[in-house]
Amino acid sequence: MKTSKSEKVNNLFVICELENGKVAEISQELLTKGRKLADQLGCSMEALIIGHDLQEPEKEAFEYGADVVWLADDPRLEHYTTLPYTRIAVELFKQEKPQVALLGATSFGRDLGPRVSSALGSGLTADCTALEIGEHTDKKAGKTYKNLLLQIRPAFGGNIIATIINPGHKPQMATVREGVMKKEKIRKPKDGEVKFIDVERFVRAEDFVVHIIERHMEESGVNLKGAPVIVSGGYGVGSKENFEILFRLAGLIGAEVGASRAAVDAGFADHDRQIGQTGVTVRPKLYIACGISGQVQHIAGMQESAMVISINNDPEAPINKIADYAIVGNLEDVIPKMIKYYKQNSK
Amino acid sequence: MKKFKIIVLAKQVPDTRNVGKDAMKEDGTVNRAALPAIFNPEDLNALELALRLKDRYPGSTVSLLTMGPPRAAEIIREGLYRGADTGYLLTDRAFAGSDTLATSYALSRAILKMGDFDFILAGRQAIDGDTAQVGPQVAEKLGIPQVTYAEEILEIKKNTVTVKRRLEKGVEVVESVFPVLITVTGTAPACRPRNAKLIMKYKRSTTISERQNISEDYISIYDDRPFLNIPEWNVGDIDAEPERLGLSGSPTKVKKIENVVFQAKEAKVLQDDDKSIDWLMKELIRNHTLG
Repeated sequence: MKTSKSEKVNNLFVICELENGKVAEISQELLTKGRKLADQLGCSMEALIIGHDLQEPEKEAFEYGADVVWLADDPRLEHYTTLPYTRIAVELFKQEKPQVALLGATSFGRDLGPRVSSALGSGLTADCTALEIGEHTDKKAGKTYKNLLLQIRPAFGGNIIATIINPGHKPQMATVREGVMKKEKIRKPKDGEVKFIDVERFVRAEDFVVHIIERHMEESGVNLKGAPVIVSGGYGVGSKENFEILFRLAGLIGAEVGASRAAVDAGFADHDRQIGQTGVTVRPKLYIACGISGQVQHIAGMQESAMVISINNDPEAPINKIADYAIVGNLEDVIPKMIKYYKQNSK
Repeated sequence: MKKFKIIVLAKQVPDTRNVGKDAMKEDGTVNRAALPAIFNPEDLNALELALRLKDRYPGSTVSLLTMGPPRAAEIIREGLYRGADTGYLLTDRAFAGSDTLATSYALSRAILKMGDFDFILAGRQAIDGDTAQVGPQVAEKLGIPQVTYAEEILEIKKNTVTVKRRLEKGVEVVESVFPVLITVTGTAPACRPRNAKLIMKYKRSTTISERQNISEDYISIYDDRPFLNIPEWNVGDIDAEPERLGLSGSPTKVKKIENVVFQAKEAKVLQDDDKSIDWLMKELIRNHTLG
């Protein structure tokens, strides 16, 4: 077979995000998934890491299965800003012509992804919850596309699940929601290839027109993903003050407090507690849903809980359809009783 | 004092936040027609930030731009009632089926036709698609910087604007040159209510399509009061390349749509009496669900 130097193998790229110099958890999840997809496609997986004073982040990328790591290191790239990061990704993709490019559906990926897709004229699907490789037949054109990335995402407020494809354009780009893919190191990681990007070649001075003046990032104290028990409140809780009793129950039984989108939108709970398609996906052994009606968008983020207890004064609330126990009553009556009888029954 | 030209991108969306029982068909699918069409919530936050700039810099203008079916003129009127100066409706069958990329192309063409601007404000995302893509894609097409997830515009200097961003894990303050496109989160101040005087002023504002069925007697008021005309643009008006619009201009295709049906369980129904709750807590402790 004849191959020429200009021929590209169309690999799969993951644009990684750094957190305190480390490859962020969302990027580890993407690399894990990307490895499996690349194996199915028979291509290699390449990671793009941009930052400054990089402390060998490629080691982590290799642990999660990257074959090649591209590094762009420059003092002006220490923190993410849109334009220079966009230029690097766009120019690298023009050169490497990947078939698939994945980013996290974080404020980083959702800022960068659309910018890159707009520059390249390629399709981008936001907030995917599953990715598969499959084929598609365009009946009108009588054409079958093989090895397409099937991008599966909730839409319409979570009431439908859509499968999106980009048959005619490369790279097929997708952002992936945090926490829905499992991260897993590969069994026998081996050092892949590191390629250094000549930043000056890709970035222009006029790309540095946005400057970060202040940054206050705090590690959220809320760890919903790792919590074995979650006490979660919905719009039915009624107020921020009423959430206090959920915190009391949670504190007692060693649980974390979560909230539905409606409760967060109403200002009853902070955004980092949101569970559902537009929040975190959780799989605790017990999920106590307090005053949550059970919108599809919420249920999709907690349906894999091992056990669900619903407390709602509406016996017909949709959440009861997926609950193991449905307590019909008011929160202000039921939760104090749960606290009382938990104390009484646990030694 | 400086005067700014501000464009607000807005979308009319079905209210997907509270899909109640009446909006569900018997087969478990959503009856879209039963959902009210509303001004996308975060676009209202964007409008408020625009109106605050206008308050701070009198003589500034706020122009809405929306793309959608003819009835989307409703949200332009909503914007006029709250203090926007004008609004443009981009409507054409050729736009139907546009994904975010094709939409951003059409919007960018319309913005170029609208003339000079200093700021483009838009909601971070629309509640029907939740993609947050159109804003950044428009900015790229216009070749201007973007600031996403904005909560507050802190300060404007000679040629820079300082913006507070609300991110998942904290706050970032950035300074950008302008013109710039800014997308606004729902944590920004809520939009002011409609103003009674502005309702009086603009209640007869319509697009030319909406005026087709009204009587001749009324038509003359649009000549006397041109501000009542909501400009309506089609593909030709914005000099767009037809193949970059609608389905042909959309790299993403919908392969399949499934309704979300959850595996129903038979819940054990408990009342809120002491005996039931006591039993439940014992059960949870006995089977080690709770330690």
